[in-house]
This record gives sequence, structure tokens and C-alpha cells, in this order.
Amino acid sequence: MSMSAFLRGMLVVTEKNVRIYYLKAPIIIFGLMFPLFMFLAFYLGRDLELSLFLPGFLAMALFFTASSVGPLITPWEKNAGTYERLLSFPVSINTVIMGDVVSGAIYGLLITLVVIVPMLFVIDLTANALLFPIIFVAGSLCFASLGVLLASPSVKSPPNIMMFSSLVRFPLIFISGVFIPLNELQGIGRYLSYLSPLTYLVDAFNFGTSSKNVFPIWIDIIVLIAVTLVFILVSGKFHKKNMMKGL
Amino acid sequence: MYSIRAINISKRFGNVVAVDEVSFDVKKGEIFGFLGPNGAGKTTTIRMLTGVLVPDSGDVEIEGIDMLNNSIDAKMRIGVIPEIGNVYVDLSPRQNLALAGKFYGLPKADIEKRSDEILASLGLKERKNDPVRTFSKGMRQRVSIACAILHEPDLLFLDEPTEGLDVQSRRMIVDTINGLNARGSTIFLTTHNIEEANRLCGRVGIINKGRMVALDSPEKLKRTFDKTRSIEISFDRDAKCEVFESDNVSKITVFGDKIRLYTNDPDGTIKEVVDKARKEDLKIVSMNVCGPSLEEAFVKLTEAV
Repeated sequence: MSMSAFLRGMLVVTEKNVRIYYLKAPIIIFGLMFPLFMFLAFYLGRDLELSLFLPGFLAMALFFTASSVGPLITPWEKNAGTYERLLSFPVSINTVIMGDVVSGAIYGLLITLVVIVPMLFVIDLTANALLFPIIFVAGSLCFASLGVLLASPSVKSPPNIMMFSSLVRFPLIFISGVFIPLNELQGIGRYLSYLSPLTYLVDAFNFGTSSKNVFPIWIDIIVLIAVTLVFILVSGKFHKKNMMKGL
Repeated sequence: MYSIRAINISKRFGNVVAVDEVSFDVKKGEIFGFLGPNGAGKTTTIRMLTGVLVPDSGDVEIEGIDMLNNSIDAKMRIGVIPEIGNVYVDLSPRQNLALAGKFYGLPKADIEKRSDEILASLGLKERKNDPVRTFSKGMRQRVSIACAILHEPDLLFLDEPTEGLDVQSRRMIVDTINGLNARGSTIFLTTHNIEEANRLCGRVGIINKGRMVALDSPEKLKRTFDKTRSIEISFDRDAKCEVFESDNVSKITVFGDKIRLYTNDPDGTIKEVVDKARKEDLKIVSMNVCGPSLEEAFVKLTEAV
């Protein structure tokens, strides 16, 4: 397949997802309401310094929003009977997957920008401001790919896959330095945090906001990119395997 | 020159062989009917021909392009109306067509011009900006067809396109199929409506249990089973079937207000029927001599395997 055909297909799939899925209830609930309520539950009524928890909060917002689009699309399309038509257009399954990843990433970026822009007036985020765009893009692509991977069981029922995706996503926020700063994690918690890609996004945001990072920033970015590639490759395999399920 | 060449294609799902070494060709400009009972392998075959599924073995050529190795180029030449091929109900017909056009790389101006033309020809001009979710099944199917023909494909696949539709939508779709074919497109049609296949198709292939059991023109297939004819009669009032029993008549069936007598001797049977009708004081409203139908050929072919 030529690169132009791939890019064209990917952009049209992205446009389709933006038009149809961004305002669907499950994405609003699992992508916006959940992280907001988690933040409020943790922050309100406690004497916490916002700047200390901002990296974790930003990472959680990006994590939830970017990963909320992918799980919905394929089950929704199978349920609505649009998936086979989509595959009959001049696209490959890889093109569809990349379109889904990009639409999840854009959603994550947009919502997180809405969160971060007001904070710029309250908190000084200029320590490593130039790296922020790279961290945002790497993080949003990583968790959008996780969202697409979570859709790969390819069941026909969107609620089932959203529950499954919550089952995977929720534990990650407790082992990734969102609520307990990474440098305060001890013992098994610390080792578990190394396994979560969200840890590296939290750490990258720590670097971006205060330079109080645990890993070198280049490690954080490389891990996020590597995990993104692994998620996309594994998604490709599973989506191909389960393509006909639920049609 | 062939539009479709399927060469020994097979597909297995677990232990079930859905399609077993099926081969056939469809010539350019032909309307080809693909028939078979439920679960015979029609949809799996169509999915392999349209590049949605990869065959376990065998080759597919579309307009001379190898579908397996060059699927995007092959897909650019085809339009597909899948069996469960709904359009996006959150979008309007125009938005659905715009998406379809972009997938085929059409310029924006062409998409808009063609969309308006096609939607008008399919009777959707007044509703072109309404969300598809407010449409009836027939109207949705028309939008689906519009999406598949927007790029003027060389080859159009239709999987059960008129299933469950009202007469008006069905006629509109049949007219669209005929119009496309008249402009040079090849049509590959699967349907349960045997009479529709009989009327539309130059050739039909019949698949049963994953294997091709017949491939010929409808008339030739009918003649394969040209042993029994039937006489279809309707009277001005209900008539008892027993009255028409005779040595010439092998079977009598009733459907609606008609009686059908199966016979090897139409001439003798007609004379007997006229005599008996006179004796019973029955007024003949209509009488037709029917050859074996494609439906009968279909039933016999699919029973045989």
C-alpha cells in the first residue's frame, strides 16, 4: 500500500471517529467524568499543594481521555453494522487501527489542553516548557493505542468492552505515582510502578513542571514511544484475529 | 476480460469449512447472481472477493488485480453493499457520502456534485441533510447504495440488497442496478429472491454447503430440470382440489386463490380441467402453463448435495 493511500485512509477514519464518537455518552463518562471525579475526590477537603499533584493529575487526565475513545469504536461499529462497510473501503485493518489511535490521541490532547490552559495562570509551568508538546504527544499516542488494544477482543457490546477497559485502566492509576508521588513509593509499589506506562508519563510531567523526576526524561519518552509501538503491533494482530467476531 | 476471477478459494472457521475450493469467473459488464440457502457460504465468499476476509487458500482477481497482494488498488475499483452494511446513522446522507468519497480520494467538488445527483436519483433529495437515524430501512439501504456507487465503480457487489424492503425501495434499487450495468459496471448480486435473480442476471452461480453446485444462465438451469410442467388456474370461487385428480396430474398444490397442477402432459391436463370446470359450473378466471422455475431448479440443486 502506498503511503498516500495509508495516510488518506487514516485521516478519513480519524475524521469519521471525531464526527461520530467524541460526544458519545460512554466516552464522556469514562473519558471526562471519571478522571474529574477522581481528582475531586482526592483533592477536595485536603490541604494539598496543587503544583505537587499537578503532574499526576495531568497524566491521569491524558490517560483517561486518550484511552477512552479506542475501546468504544470497534464494538460500536460492529453493533451498528457499519464495520464491514468500513473494511470494504480501500483501507486495511492497520489503517483503521491507526485512524482510531490518532482520533483517541487528538481527544486526549484537546481535553488535557482545556485542563492545562487555566492552570498556566495559577502555576508556573515554565521549567521545561519546550518539552511539554513532546510529552503530550507521546503520552496521548501511547494511551490512545492502549485504548485501541483494549477494543481488540472485538465483542459486539460496547458496555462490555467499556467495563473491561475500566478493569484494566483503573488499577494503573494506583501504581503509577498519580496519587502518591513516585519518589515516595516504596517496596513492591515502586517495582509495580515500573511496569506501568503511566508512571513514565507522570515522571515526564514531573520533569516538565518541576524537574523533580525519578527517571531521566529521555528514558520516559523512549518508554512511552516503545510501549506505543508494542500496543499498536499487538492491536494489529488481535484485531485481525478477531475481525469477523460479532459481524 | 473478467471482472472477477475466483480460483479455488477456501475458507475455514475452526472445524467448519465455510467455502470449499470455489472457482468461477464473472465477465465484464455481466450481472451475475450468487444464490444459496442460508449458511451456504455466500457471505463468506463475498467477503473474500471484496478483500474483507483473506482466503485460507486460492486466489482472487478483481479487474485483473490480485486482491490478496494489492487489496487497496483492487478495492478502489469496487463498490460494496454488504449484507449488514449499515451507514452511519448519526450522520446525514450527504455526510455519509462525503466520507465514502474521501475514502476513494475523490475531489470535494466531485463528491458534492455526484452526491446531489445520486441522492436525487434515489429519491432522497429532500432528506439529504437529515440524520440517517430518522430514516426507514428502505431509505437507509438507498443511502448505503449511494455510498457504494459514488465513485462509479467498475464492479458492484450487492449482498441481499432488497431483503425486507418495501416495493418502492426495491424497484428503485433494481432500477439503479440496471442503470449502472447499462453504463458498463459489472454487478455481483446475492439474493434470496430467486425471481429477482431470474429477471436480472445473465448467469447465476449456486453455492451449497460451501461448494458451487451450478453455474449457468437461469434458462439453462431451468431446462436442466425440464421434466415437469405445471398449470396454474384460478376460478371465480373456491374449487375442491380432488376434482382435478387424474392420471395425468402428479401433484396438486394450492396457493392463494390459485390451484397448481403438476403434469407431464399439459395439453391433456388442460382439456381435462376445462371439462371438469364445465361440469362443476366453475368459471375459469385465468390459466397459465408454467415451465419449471429457477426456484425449483435452486431447490433441487441445493437438496442434491
